[in-house]
Amino acid sequence: MIGASERRLLVVEVGLVALAALLDPRLAMILLIWFAGWTVNTGIARSGTRAAATAVPVIFGITVLILWEAVVRLFDVPGVILPAPTAIASAFAANAPTLWTDFVQTVVKGALSGYLMGCIAAFAVALLADRFDFLRRGLLPVGNFMAALPIVGTAPILVMWFGFDWQSKAAVVVVMVFFPVLVNTVAGLADSQAMQRDLMRTFGASYWQGLVKLRLPSAMPFIFNGLKIATTLALVGAIVAEFFGSPVQGVGFRISVSVGQLALDMVWAEIVVAALAGSAFYGIIAFVERRVTFWHPSNRG
Amino acid sequence: MTDNTAPISGQGAGVGRSARAALRVRALGQTALPVLTVVVALLGLWYLACIPMNAAQSVLTASRAGIEVMPESPRDRRGMSGAALALANPGPAVAGAFAQDRPRLPAPHQVAIELWNSTATVSPTSNRSLVYHAWVTMSATLTGFVIGTSLGILLAVGIVHSRVMDMSVMPWAIVSQTVPIIAIAPMIIVVLYSVGVEGILPKAVISAYLSFFPVVVGMVKGLRAPDAMQLDQLRTYAASRAQTFFKLRLPSSTPYLFASLKIGIAASLVGAIVGELPTGAVAGLGARLLAGSYYGQTVQIWSALFGAAILAALAVGVIGVIERVALRRMGLR
Repeated sequence: MIGASERRLLVVEVGLVALAALLDPRLAMILLIWFAGWTVNTGIARSGTRAAATAVPVIFGITVLILWEAVVRLFDVPGVILPAPTAIASAFAANAPTLWTDFVQTVVKGALSGYLMGCIAAFAVALLADRFDFLRRGLLPVGNFMAALPIVGTAPILVMWFGFDWQSKAAVVVVMVFFPVLVNTVAGLADSQAMQRDLMRTFGASYWQGLVKLRLPSAMPFIFNGLKIATTLALVGAIVAEFFGSPVQGVGFRISVSVGQLALDMVWAEIVVAALAGSAFYGIIAFVERRVTFWHPSNRG
Repeated sequence: MTDNTAPISGQGAGVGRSARAALRVRALGQTALPVLTVVVALLGLWYLACIPMNAAQSVLTASRAGIEVMPESPRDRRGMSGAALALANPGPAVAGAFAQDRPRLPAPHQVAIELWNSTATVSPTSNRSLVYHAWVTMSATLTGFVIGTSLGILLAVGIVHSRVMDMSVMPWAIVSQTVPIIAIAPMIIVVLYSVGVEGILPKAVISAYLSFFPVVVGMVKGLRAPDAMQLDQLRTYAASRAQTFFKLRLPSSTPYLFASLKIGIAASLVGAIVGELPTGAVAGLGARLLAGSYYGQTVQIWSALFGAAILAALAVGVIGVIERVALRRMGLR
């Protein structure tokens, strides 16, 4: 069944394609791809099934990729401005070992180790702040303030202190993830209701029992929120810190060097690596969150 | 009551004073005192850290000046950590820690003096002025921020009104939050340069796309904030889609808008600063950071860093003030 409004839209689309064909057949081709993808998606989206929720964004992504490829090929866009997706894919395949060493250098050594250290440190300070209310009232505003500042700017200082290798990147990551995790953990630990805390007191629970059995579990959604924000920040910190000096490997190093050589297919391949690493990192934390906070309303039903 | 020494927090506190003043004073103890303590403690730690961090240089200076230092030969000293060196030579290490020309860690007052010298004592148009560099960065930030937020709001409006758009674009907008998209900043600068676009526009493009996605995600949430009951009520009024949008969805999205604007402006500033790194830009806070790290001008790096922090705080603060005024006028707070 096609409604009247869809029919009108179809007429407009056909008209646009025809008009474009008169001006430039290539333009008509591009428009055709776009409308085709959009029409397919409109059809699937109407079904409203669970499969549609994954199919629609995937089809949209594929449409954009085909469009990108078509634009580059039809209009002969030079590779130093925008390489085609196929060129990026072949650069990715051809340089897989290099990309892997870059991944290990930036993501595993720099981002991951810094992430662990920063989160543990933030968590420890948050526990201290939870124990001493005076500290909490002082740290929370300061932490909130710091979390909004451009902390990436500390990169040149930390590179100067810790050298060019991954240690300095890890240090930047520590500083970057510290405040979001701290603020979220402190806010989470304060989140339990007075009634619940009173209940713990009637049970004669000690401070530590109250912390472990009540306040830590109820803080988990907040803590994971901070941990998830920190995943992206960790990668940003590790990559940007490499712009200030690094050994001859690493995602940020390769991006800045390849940009200088105008090897944009390599730059895009590194961006793919960074994107995959970022989504995987986030996905892992989100997965753990679902396992840990299975009781939370947002994870039920 | 004439006794001014009565405790402010005890029973009957504030009697005989203006209630508002009493509240202020009590709020001072609630937040200002702890915050102040934390800030002072951090400054103290900073000063303390200066001693071991700068120990190598201060001990070297002292030994050149003929003062006896603990390991006599420079070769022995080279292997030692800053803390060990400072413990071995407490006198020279403390004496030389806070006034070096190129310290590893400049003391807070050195940074403050440099900030003052580079803002207040030089003309704002000279390239030695931090105000000039801040303005270069800020103009790109604001341009990009305005473009990014406008496009973000437009896309959010589209997403809320079109189911296909929602299902196609929204997952990608969310994924983009997990990806370090700032990594494409150097490429944008170089590609735009090669097609002849220079000046603040490339940096603004980076600022725009960094503020774009948080605004999309926040605004979609905001425009969907009205619950089914409110939407149903507008339907009983026979309100059109446009009326529903302007009279219900847009007003109820305001708190979300400001929350995402604050995230957006901070991200924009980071984008503009990072955008200045790859091309070796001559002006801007990022350029100051880079130049400082090339020439080992640590005090300059720190003052540029604090300049950026002040700028970010100002920008977020301005949005916060606008938020408070707007929400109060709308009766939301």
